[in-house]
Amino acid sequence: MTLPSDAAALAGALLQRFVADPMEQFVIQPLIPLSLGPFDVSLTNSTLWMLITVAVGYSFFFAATRANALIPGRMQSVAELAYEFVAEMVRDSVGPNGMKFFPYVFTLFIFILLSNWLGLLPSLTFLPHELHTFTTTSHIAVTLALGLLTISIVLGYSLVKNGAKTYKMFLPSGLPVAIAPLLLVIEIISFISRPISLGIRLFANMTAGHVILKVFAGFIVTLLGAGATLKAVSIIPFLGILAVTLLEILVGFLQAYIFAILTCIYLGDAEHAADH
Amino acid sequence: MEADAAKLIGAGIASLPLAGAGIGLGIIFGNFLAGAFRNPSAAAANRTTMFIAFALTEFTGLLGFVIALIILGN
Repeated sequence: MTLPSDAAALAGALLQRFVADPMEQFVIQPLIPLSLGPFDVSLTNSTLWMLITVAVGYSFFFAATRANALIPGRMQSVAELAYEFVAEMVRDSVGPNGMKFFPYVFTLFIFILLSNWLGLLPSLTFLPHELHTFTTTSHIAVTLALGLLTISIVLGYSLVKNGAKTYKMFLPSGLPVAIAPLLLVIEIISFISRPISLGIRLFANMTAGHVILKVFAGFIVTLLGAGATLKAVSIIPFLGILAVTLLEILVGFLQAYIFAILTCIYLGDAEHAADH
Repeated sequence: MEADAAKLIGAGIASLPLAGAGIGLGIIFGNFLAGAFRNPSAAAANRTTMFIAFALTEFTGLLGFVIALIILGN
């Protein structure tokens, strides 16, 4: 690439190349167009990053647990830490019988955590736009599907385990009869809104964080092209990006944790519905 | 008033709940820390409850953010 010698032309070229709409990063682009009857089942950049997430998670745990040692090495320590973190969460919230849900909660936690963190990787600018970094959890289609999956498991498990007593999930015991119908309606509305709130929380957090990152990045390019004095000022949004990236690493972990712990609590509700 | 201007003002108003969520989160973390300093041995047992409160409070603000995005996107 030949650089224009004129500073203004360089700034103009940079502006055209890099200052894009901050929402452009969320565009889903098909990589391999496929269709199944009336349905579009193309392999998109979203699918690609989901596959990368699964591959990273799988290969990490495969490598970490391949040579199980009594005294764990570095990778095995991380894997054990992750296992114990989620196992304790399940044991505390669902109870000792809850370990049958451990595989689901663990998969959910690792998938959300890795897709949040992999989405923070910088894009390689020489690659075509379809291959740029993509955060799968920044799409409500993905997060709402995860939320609906959780709630379906809760409801299905409760119906299998408690049978007709499932209604106790929506009706605390020891309630005055007069207030029971009202509370039943409120509790059912609250139950229906759970998958929505699970989905929107994750989606909105990821979207907001990535929009802020790209808005700051736009400031840098604009300031670099705005003349010699303002060029020095561009260090401020750069430090801003650094701070927001660190915050996003925390938020990515926190949202995965919250999704997993709320799943555990909802499963705990189903587990203990018939006890009281 | 032009429709575009009204749309931008509406998006701004729709993101106001984030201010309330910010205040609420400050209250939650502040009160948790105040309690945790008084009785550090009880803090670990209540950390989960704090994070759930954090998630529920944050959600009310994020609803406003999503509505702002919907307004801007249309």
